[in-house]
Amino acid sequence: MQGSNTDYLLAVENLTVSFDGFKAVSDLNLYVDEKDIRVIIGPNGAGKTTLLDLICGKTKASEGSIKFRNRELTKMSESQIVLAGVGRKFQTPSIYDDLTVFENLEISYPKGRTVFGALTFLRDRAVIDRVEEISEIIFLKDMLNKRGEYLSHGQKQWLEIGMLLIQDPDLLMLDEPVAGMSVSERLKTAELLNRITSDRSVIVIEHDMKFVEDIARTVTVLHQGKILSEGTMDHVKNDPKVIEVYLGH
Amino acid sequence: MPNGTTFLTRSGWLNLAILAIFLLVVLPLVVDPFRLNLVGKYLTYAFVALGLVMCWGYGGILSLGQGCFFGLGGYCMAMYLKLEASSIENTKIQSTPGIPDFMDWNQITALPAFWVPFKSFPLTIIAILILPTILAFVIGAAMFKRRVGGVYFAIITQAISSILTILIVGQQGYTGGVNGITDLRTLNGWDIRSDHAHTILYFVCVILLIACLLLAQYVTCSKLGRILVAMREKEDRVRFSGYSVANFKIFIFCLAAVFAAIGGAMFTLQVGFMSPTFVGIVPSIEMVIYAAVGGRFSLFGAIYGTLLVNFAKTSFSESFPELWLFGLGALFIGVVMLFPNGLAGIYRSTLDPYVKRLLGSTPRPKSADPSVSQPAE
Repeated sequence: MQGSNTDYLLAVENLTVSFDGFKAVSDLNLYVDEKDIRVIIGPNGAGKTTLLDLICGKTKASEGSIKFRNRELTKMSESQIVLAGVGRKFQTPSIYDDLTVFENLEISYPKGRTVFGALTFLRDRAVIDRVEEISEIIFLKDMLNKRGEYLSHGQKQWLEIGMLLIQDPDLLMLDEPVAGMSVSERLKTAELLNRITSDRSVIVIEHDMKFVEDIARTVTVLHQGKILSEGTMDHVKNDPKVIEVYLGH
Repeated sequence: MPNGTTFLTRSGWLNLAILAIFLLVVLPLVVDPFRLNLVGKYLTYAFVALGLVMCWGYGGILSLGQGCFFGLGGYCMAMYLKLEASSIENTKIQSTPGIPDFMDWNQITALPAFWVPFKSFPLTIIAILILPTILAFVIGAAMFKRRVGGVYFAIITQAISSILTILIVGQQGYTGGVNGITDLRTLNGWDIRSDHAHTILYFVCVILLIACLLLAQYVTCSKLGRILVAMREKEDRVRFSGYSVANFKIFIFCLAAVFAAIGGAMFTLQVGFMSPTFVGIVPSIEMVIYAAVGGRFSLFGAIYGTLLVNFAKTSFSESFPELWLFGLGALFIGVVMLFPNGLAGIYRSTLDPYVKRLLGSTPRPKSADPSVSQPAE
């Protein structure tokens, strides 16, 4: 099925994926504007992470189309999708324990991504400046020489967000960025997200309602692979269907 | 520094100097020519171990089939030397003079087409470098593009080295079979069997080994080396950072294969024959043990590990030949359980801090410190 062209940054249309007959995402339509902060909530098994997997190419769709700036993503490889401008953060912090914070960020720096490019990559002033700039944003400026394994859980989450920022994606997808964080870390993360979303779109999956209220512009509620409700936080909170399946519990 | 990470730190240069002096000065002075030739033979395995450090230590790709590439390099060289030894005069008693003796015994009457390129020395050198690369590329592309990794990859590489052995043994008329290619005499007219030739070949071997070590050092401290480490830890994160992970794996696997083939060619030259015993599963696993004992994250460690295990093997198997394989197995288990970072790990935790203090550089973490390395102007 060929999706239509739109003005949206991301247009997901009729997206379906089934695993052995079980439809984790079923005939889903989702549109994300430029500079939107979209939060996806929903009970466990609603298909939230699967949706992100589909967008970033980790899982292949059974049917439907995902268009990013009107380019079809479902036919691209994972690395092509990254080059197109989509960045994805995983649920558990995925950083490189044996490398320093600096090296972690440097690997995501968008240069030298081919074998030959990596062999001849130079750590020039531009790279160092950019890494330092990002490390400041993610509160890790003093830790550049620390190895990843010595970071706290919250710091690892920030580092992975930083690794995405340095790629400068147009669409950033974050899977539960504040899971396991302390209250003060959550506040800092909300502040961080609000700052970095000024010039890009973000899709966030989150369970923490307080945090969702802090950051969301639009909220999408997923249930059994389908959209249950969509709109502002207030709209969604008062939607009887949502209260029934999710918030009420 | 051009790569961001220092190519060799001060203690790295010291290690290099110690290794070079040990191999190029000390050993030739204190060891008799027979033993020196033996060391030269051991060092040919160190090429394989260097490749394994890059592939397995850095990239997390365990190949149990490096003997296959070692054998390819060795056989290419052996085929060239054999053709030179099978001149018409040398083989005039055969029913078909001018072809290798084992072909004649197997009623083959003309040189097979795939042997013809090995009449030329330049083509032989090219074959030594290219054939293993092609094989490694095909294996790598078939496996890594399909995301086969870990234990499955190890088993498949092991199967491939086993297949190659069976092929060589089975095609006796074309390959010399289980005896291998023997009775190699001269290289471009130069007798390689004399003590003098052994000594010269030893030095050639050491210099090539150090060149490979420096190349491996360059690769591992470039950004590519860090990507390998990153892939080993979080392959998905690298993939979703815009890298085609398979290409990096194929590259490092091919490079390790070329190193192994150079080692194999030097083996043939120094030992004077090549046989399927150096191709199969047992030698392939032994080579992994060399890298493990030396420390699979350390290029220098790989060389010392290879030497140490082989010295032990020679002295041990002279007195208790039947016990050696058990000893080797025990050594492997012991190293993995007690010293997972091998000799290099022991060095790093005991001597290295003192060496660094002596050299006046402050101890720093294993990974490079970006604030110390200066950007290239």
